[in-house]
Amino acid sequence: MIRVVLPPHLRTLAKVSGEVTLEVEGRVTQRSVLDAIEAQYPMLCGTIRDHVTKQRRPFLRFFACEEDLSHESPDAALPDAVASGAEPFLIVGAIAGG
Amino acid sequence: MSKVRVLVGTRKGAFILESDGKRENWEVSGPHFAGWEVYHMKGSPADPDRLYASQTSSWSGQVIQRSSDGGKTWETPGGGPGKSPQGWPIGESNKFVYDTSEKTGKPLTTHQFYDGTQHPWEFKRVWHLEPSLSDPDTVYAGVEDAALFRSTDGAASWQELSGLRGHGTGPYWQPGAGGMCLHTIILDPSDPGRIYIAISAAGAFRTDDGGITWKPINRGLRSQFLPDQDAEIGHCVHHVAMNPSRPGVLFMQKHWDVMRSDNAGDSWHEVSGNLPTDFGFVIDVHAHEPETVYVVPIKSDGEHYPPDGKLRVYRSRTGGNEWEALTNGLPQQNCYVNVLRDAMAVDTLDSCGVYFGTTGGQVYASSDAGDNWSPIVRDLPAVLSVEVQMLP
Repeated sequence: MIRVVLPPHLRTLAKVSGEVTLEVEGRVTQRSVLDAIEAQYPMLCGTIRDHVTKQRRPFLRFFACEEDLSHESPDAALPDAVASGAEPFLIVGAIAGG
Repeated sequence: MSKVRVLVGTRKGAFILESDGKRENWEVSGPHFAGWEVYHMKGSPADPDRLYASQTSSWSGQVIQRSSDGGKTWETPGGGPGKSPQGWPIGESNKFVYDTSEKTGKPLTTHQFYDGTQHPWEFKRVWHLEPSLSDPDTVYAGVEDAALFRSTDGAASWQELSGLRGHGTGPYWQPGAGGMCLHTIILDPSDPGRIYIAISAAGAFRTDDGGITWKPINRGLRSQFLPDQDAEIGHCVHHVAMNPSRPGVLFMQKHWDVMRSDNAGDSWHEVSGNLPTDFGFVIDVHAHEPETVYVVPIKSDGEHYPPDGKLRVYRSRTGGNEWEALTNGLPQQNCYVNVLRDAMAVDTLDSCGVYFGTTGGQVYASSDAGDNWSPIVRDLPAVLSVEVQMLP
């Protein structure tokens, strides 16, 4: 079970509060986690990454285990602590305007 | 007596205001989509409970919202389980993908960037949603970078009407200060095939075949920022308005100049007349008097506020050229707000109501065609758009 923390506006859009939990089959990567998020919460398609290019939206960052993973390959394995559910995968809005 | 619903999009959410036909007491609901920019919200003329809203942010991009109960509840159409071949849900209501060349698969065209180089189209947001006059599930979207999309399934999916970008003038389009946006969509009630659109900064365009082919309609416009001041393409049109009873007559607020066309945009002539400044963003036409036109003059392109700190709507009862200042109830000192291009609308009650919103968060209304004004709300976030619906 993967734990994900969404930024507040996307929690509202997805009609959830607190962390969301996901089942991810196979390797746990940014791509597989985002695929699972979009499958479970289709209203989030296009809001975290581009519909077509799958590029991360510029003002969103991906953190886990006190590391910035935003620039890692989307197919790189996420830390074991994320894959095991010990630590959440954080999707964070960058501080830019207000 | 009919009721009135005013749809207000702001920098930090949407608000819905309702009143009976007296238009004296208003109920305010919102913020809807709190914290997001709502560039535009509009109801279907065929079903007043069907609303569409463009919700956008720099962080999370575009979201399209739809209501089927007059704004009490909202949904992001296109979601729901089990719709893809894999059995996954599909969220495509915010998927705006530009057409590519059928021959090469490459981008259809490029446009001029701020530095003069050619630049590919990149989707940023929806500026304007225009529901069909007859079908609640058909809606048009004007987007940045400028293009026109249409949905025929209640905004669940979108297809570009790419004849607009593909007719050959794309390389001459360029972004204005607010971006390269398609901000005005006017459907001709007398001719289902005729649509007018306007783009900053490219100009106005018209289709007579439902959006397959388009032509520029900018003859008569002059713009000092262009090397060829009366060029066919490149004008910064801010807004265009039409009275539905006379669809061939158009009024335009350009970057500078208020213009009029009596032949469906084939040619334009200036009607700025005695306005204190002919820079501005909004323009609208009285619901029952097609020669009565409203603008809000703004000091200049460098100073986006009313001249002399006085918020004045100007009304012409002669189709332009002769304008009178309407000031009763509007602040006449120390007022430095702007009124953005989609932030004025009229109702169709016997005594025509006129509404506009400001970047200071006020929405002003007049229930007597502009003679007297009062704020129906006054402390909202900056207002981006105002639309009006009539309810039974």
